[in-house]
Amino acid sequence: MKLVVAYIQPAKLNAVKQALYERKIFKLSVTNALGCGQQKGYHETYRGADIEVNLLKKIRLEIAVNEEFVESTVEGIIAGAKTGNIGDGKIFVMSLDDCIRIRTGETGHDAIG
Amino acid sequence: MRKKLLLFYVLLVMAMLTVPAFSQDAAASGETADAVAALEESMQNNLNIVWTAVAAFMVFFMQAGFAMVEAGFTRAKNAINIMMKNLMDFSIGTLAFFLVGFGLMFGVTNGFFGTTNFLLLGTDPMSKDWNWTFLIFQTVFAGTAATIVSGAMAERTKFTSYLIYSVFICAIIYPIFGSWAWGSLLDGSGWLENLGFQDFAGSTVVHSIGGWLALAGAIVLGPRIGKYGPDGSAKAIPGHNITLAALGVFILWFGWFGFNPGSTTFGDGDIGRIAVTTNLSAAAGAVLAMFTSWIIDKKPDASMALNGALAGLVAITAPCATVTPIASVIIGAIAGVLVVVSVLFIDKVLKVDDPVGAVSVHGVNGAFGTLAIGLFNADGGLFYGGGFKLLGIQALGVLVGFVWAFGLGLILFWTIKKTVGIRVSEEEELRGLDIGEHGMEAYSGFQIFTTQ
Repeated sequence: MKLVVAYIQPAKLNAVKQALYERKIFKLSVTNALGCGQQKGYHETYRGADIEVNLLKKIRLEIAVNEEFVESTVEGIIAGAKTGNIGDGKIFVMSLDDCIRIRTGETGHDAIG
Repeated sequence: MRKKLLLFYVLLVMAMLTVPAFSQDAAASGETADAVAALEESMQNNLNIVWTAVAAFMVFFMQAGFAMVEAGFTRAKNAINIMMKNLMDFSIGTLAFFLVGFGLMFGVTNGFFGTTNFLLLGTDPMSKDWNWTFLIFQTVFAGTAATIVSGAMAERTKFTSYLIYSVFICAIIYPIFGSWAWGSLLDGSGWLENLGFQDFAGSTVVHSIGGWLALAGAIVLGPRIGKYGPDGSAKAIPGHNITLAALGVFILWFGWFGFNPGSTTFGDGDIGRIAVTTNLSAAAGAVLAMFTSWIIDKKPDASMALNGALAGLVAITAPCATVTPIASVIIGAIAGVLVVVSVLFIDKVLKVDDPVGAVSVHGVNGAFGTLAIGLFNADGGLFYGGGFKLLGIQALGVLVGFVWAFGLGLILFWTIKKTVGIRVSEEEELRGLDIGEHGMEAYSGFQIFTTQ
């Protein structure tokens, strides 16, 4: 079992969701996130004064998958989110100790599936 | 000493009162009657000025209503852009109307448009002339026509392109059509009004002109990203603040009590009568729009009910002075159904993306309201035994308004598209026009989803 966490551009969420859907990955959590990477923010102005906006709006995806889906999940996220520009985001894959479905008490492989 | 003086005054007054009474001098009593008549006339004149000016200020406040409705019905990431468009179309429009538009609309006509009264040059700038009250009243009407368009073009239009459009509507498109219907209110004379065309407060002159321009703009722009799926199905893009939109509708409703009753420009009982017809139509529009959406979508949709109130107001704008209260309820009820059907038709069949329903509220119901004169007018309406003549003339006016505003709108927006460009880049549209066009956020410090 793996937990795939990805930070992507907000505007790419729809494309990523579609790419994952095509690969039969239907379960995901989405949260709004702020972050900074290589892009180092952008400038806003307010009443003539500069504001450096260091933290950019990002979307954080969390997808728990069984081993056989890890590759297609990563593939799907890249297919949806890649533009080739700085700021496309990052994907983290980490191992997952256990998973329990609250409703039934199922654990592990079955709970994720 | 003071008592003596008082006695003297009392005697003096008695003498003044008794002399004409005893002498029965016909000339003297005529003079008194003249003085009373003159006093009455000057009182009435000042009353007209006060009422028309107050009405103008209420119509100005409708700008706030439009701004709130449009911001509420669109997404948070474009709120500053909406505010700036509403501020600027009124500000630029005011200048354009003062410099060019007013003269074209109300100057002595050459048969096609007015040619005098530019900057009101013939009127003493330091006088208390009626023309100043008339100018501010007409300016806020022109501003209303201009601001209708920003909603239909929301969330994707380049700011500079919108500024260019703002000049043309108040300088040329609105005033020339206005001169055909309303020119005789001052020095002009319009060919439509001479045929017998009636549009009391501007269902066609103000609302349809704005609505048809909005349709042209929305067509040339194309839909927002994500509005239509790959199979062409219409998707909802929910507005970010229905509370704000509701406030906007209440402000507009309030402003309409200046818009319609104010168009009498006369202080008498017609103010109250027209306020009644205006209010009844708005109420019927809101109720019927709610029930229509309830039947179609299985729930009473707030945004449709709000649009319905506005539809009732737009539809009664032309006939408000010449129909009975009962007729105004029927007109509002029809408008309430019409606006829901029209929103769905434009969204799903025509596939034109109009985020706030401006075309349905102002274009379609403006046309309906103008035709309603031909149907419901207590004097000359079809249902009141007047035959088809008035209805035919009204239909001609509606058609001329459509061809003029929609045709010129297509040419104007197409020319803007080919020169400075009309639409922001895809990247900017997704990120929001607030940051792209204005470099700031409306809700700084809040978490705003920009995933759509």
